[in-house]
Amino acid sequence: MTFDDYYRDSEVAEKIIRDIFSVATRQWRIMEICGGQTHAFLRTGIDQRLTDVVKLIHGPGCPVCVTSPEVIDNAISLTRDSSIILCSFGDMIRVPGNHRTLREARALGGAVEVVYSPLDALSFARNNPDKEVVFFGIGFETTAPIVALAILIAASEQLNNFSVLSSHLLVPPALIEILSSAEAGVEGILAAGHVCAVMGYHDYAPISQRFRIPIVVTGFEAVDLLLGVYRCIVQLERGESKVENQYQRVVIAEGNRSARDALLEVFEIDSQRWRGFGSIEASGLKIRLPYQKYDAFEKFSLARDADEKPSECISGAILRGIKTPLECPAFGKKCTLDHPLGATMVSEEGACSAYMHYKIG
Amino acid sequence: MWICPTEYQGDETITVAHGGGGRLMHELLADIIGPILDDEELCKSDDAAVIPQVSGALALTTDSFVVQPLFFPGGDIGSLAIHGTINDLAMRGARPLYITVGSIIEEGLPRNTLLSIFRSLASAARESGVRVVAGDTKVVERGRGDKLFLNTTGVGVVETELPITPTRIAPGDRIIISGDIGRHAIAVMAARASLNFREPVLSDSTPLWATVRTLLDTGSDIHAMRDITRGGLAAVLNECSQMARCDITLEEDAIPITPAVRHASELLGLDPLHLACEGRFIVAVSEADSESVLEVLKTITPENGPSIIGIVNPTVGDGETPTKPRRNRVIMRTPFGGARYVGIPTGEVLPRIC
Repeated sequence: MTFDDYYRDSEVAEKIIRDIFSVATRQWRIMEICGGQTHAFLRTGIDQRLTDVVKLIHGPGCPVCVTSPEVIDNAISLTRDSSIILCSFGDMIRVPGNHRTLREARALGGAVEVVYSPLDALSFARNNPDKEVVFFGIGFETTAPIVALAILIAASEQLNNFSVLSSHLLVPPALIEILSSAEAGVEGILAAGHVCAVMGYHDYAPISQRFRIPIVVTGFEAVDLLLGVYRCIVQLERGESKVENQYQRVVIAEGNRSARDALLEVFEIDSQRWRGFGSIEASGLKIRLPYQKYDAFEKFSLARDADEKPSECISGAILRGIKTPLECPAFGKKCTLDHPLGATMVSEEGACSAYMHYKIG
Repeated sequence: MWICPTEYQGDETITVAHGGGGRLMHELLADIIGPILDDEELCKSDDAAVIPQVSGALALTTDSFVVQPLFFPGGDIGSLAIHGTINDLAMRGARPLYITVGSIIEEGLPRNTLLSIFRSLASAARESGVRVVAGDTKVVERGRGDKLFLNTTGVGVVETELPITPTRIAPGDRIIISGDIGRHAIAVMAARASLNFREPVLSDSTPLWATVRTLLDTGSDIHAMRDITRGGLAAVLNECSQMARCDITLEEDAIPITPAVRHASELLGLDPLHLACEGRFIVAVSEADSESVLEVLKTITPENGPSIIGIVNPTVGDGETPTKPRRNRVIMRTPFGGARYVGIPTGEVLPRIC
């Protein structure tokens, strides 16, 4: 058995499920923050094994879902300029802004390239010196460091035809927003292991104390999630509220120092708009002044604030943990994987997409 | 007997002039492609191939090949075109007999590249006893194509009494897979993205007719066969469940996936169930004959790990009311005691994989 196999082992999982049932005296409302966790619960079917003791509340941690429609509109507007090549992660090109998607913009003649990494966008810039190459930088603390690295490389190479349309988001402020509103009724939290791998989990201790809520950092395999649920429920049953790290094979408390340093060198914390939430104070990353020439907002004079148009899609409520996909009248009828109405259905990590893909019911 | 001339020694690169119908095109066909394919009917250069009368029902299929890159670990667009066409015929229980090949070449394709591809195509056809009897060549300007596209038509003769088609799938049938999934897609992706895996993943591209013929010889009660191409196992089984109006329940543990494909899929964020193969198929067979079919597959290709992966359930719902949109679905039982749907991938999982 390799190291990873242990965390996928059904016998190990079975033992932990027994342990969970032996400590739980009632059903607890636990939020898994990240879309990757949501998908893992549903893909493995372990959510079904736990229904008597856990009510899962799906969190906002799908970066594609929570990227505000206005910034997608901005990206689309750039594609109308024939001198611009817009590079984006693949998931992002399917998500609608207020009007259309980047994929549609591409079909209409815009130069939209799907890349796996912002470093690939740098290559586009080097190979197309007569074009402006814009990387659509979205995501949480996980993707921000590599985008920062791309900007640092561009600066060192004096690559002047490269810029980033940055809409990076930070998880803890959104978490505070959700816990403050109390609408979702969250009692315990499974924090996303990969975010903590970069940033560490010092930021979570004050949140845990303030809202008296257990927070367990977990990985993404079945055994990771079950161990996270177990530790969360043990705390809840004892009336404790502290931060624990289940994902020790990847996460340390301080996070990844060099990734964080790169991030903080290039970005400063700023308010940011989230789909479904509106603007959240100190929840985003803005490119710092010394690197402003790599900021597509500045370079192309794009508006940072605009209003999100109302939509019949309830993804905002889903991202805030207030509703589940099954409570949406359009789910599986008007809104499907092939004809998504909103972000949580479009994105591979979205809760609606997870339900459509996997959930039997 | 007609003897093809020696290899064409002209220009190094294909240009629009080669597709123009003039002397260069004649040279390309008569001096390069003709000798390689070496088929008497083809080399007559008539407007249409005339083939002898065939006894039995004919199966006819057409397919286009736009794989990028043209060469990938374990194959190339030439062998792929033959395998893909043969496999479509084989899935209807038809012995492949004749194939036509249309080529759309982008100006600038090196002549040697075209040579290698047609050599590979010819050798794949010969290996399966299929004749390439007709062809067409067009050349488009640089930038108006992407190196080379192939289109094929295949003709085969059906060698089964009862039709082999998913509508014959019945409750209680077992679903057998002929081998591990996803290698073709990962091999192409790796070649495209210059990913170097420690153990290289080779495409599973292979002709399936010989295997199918052996299965038919057993006299087993085979209801349907489908080769697993675009959309992967997930798409094939969903099509089967829709056409058969039955649910299919899979056991996740039973689906053969090599560690290399599993790890590459995780790295690339892909679901192995959505990955294309070019030499794997599923068989729906009555429960009584399922073990014998599995034994035959294990004898022919033990290294691929053929396996019984699922069972066909009785259908639920009357199949008409729109209030029950979820019926005729594929359900996967996970090793953790849960169950989930296996959906069809949407849109572009991996474009230009075949």
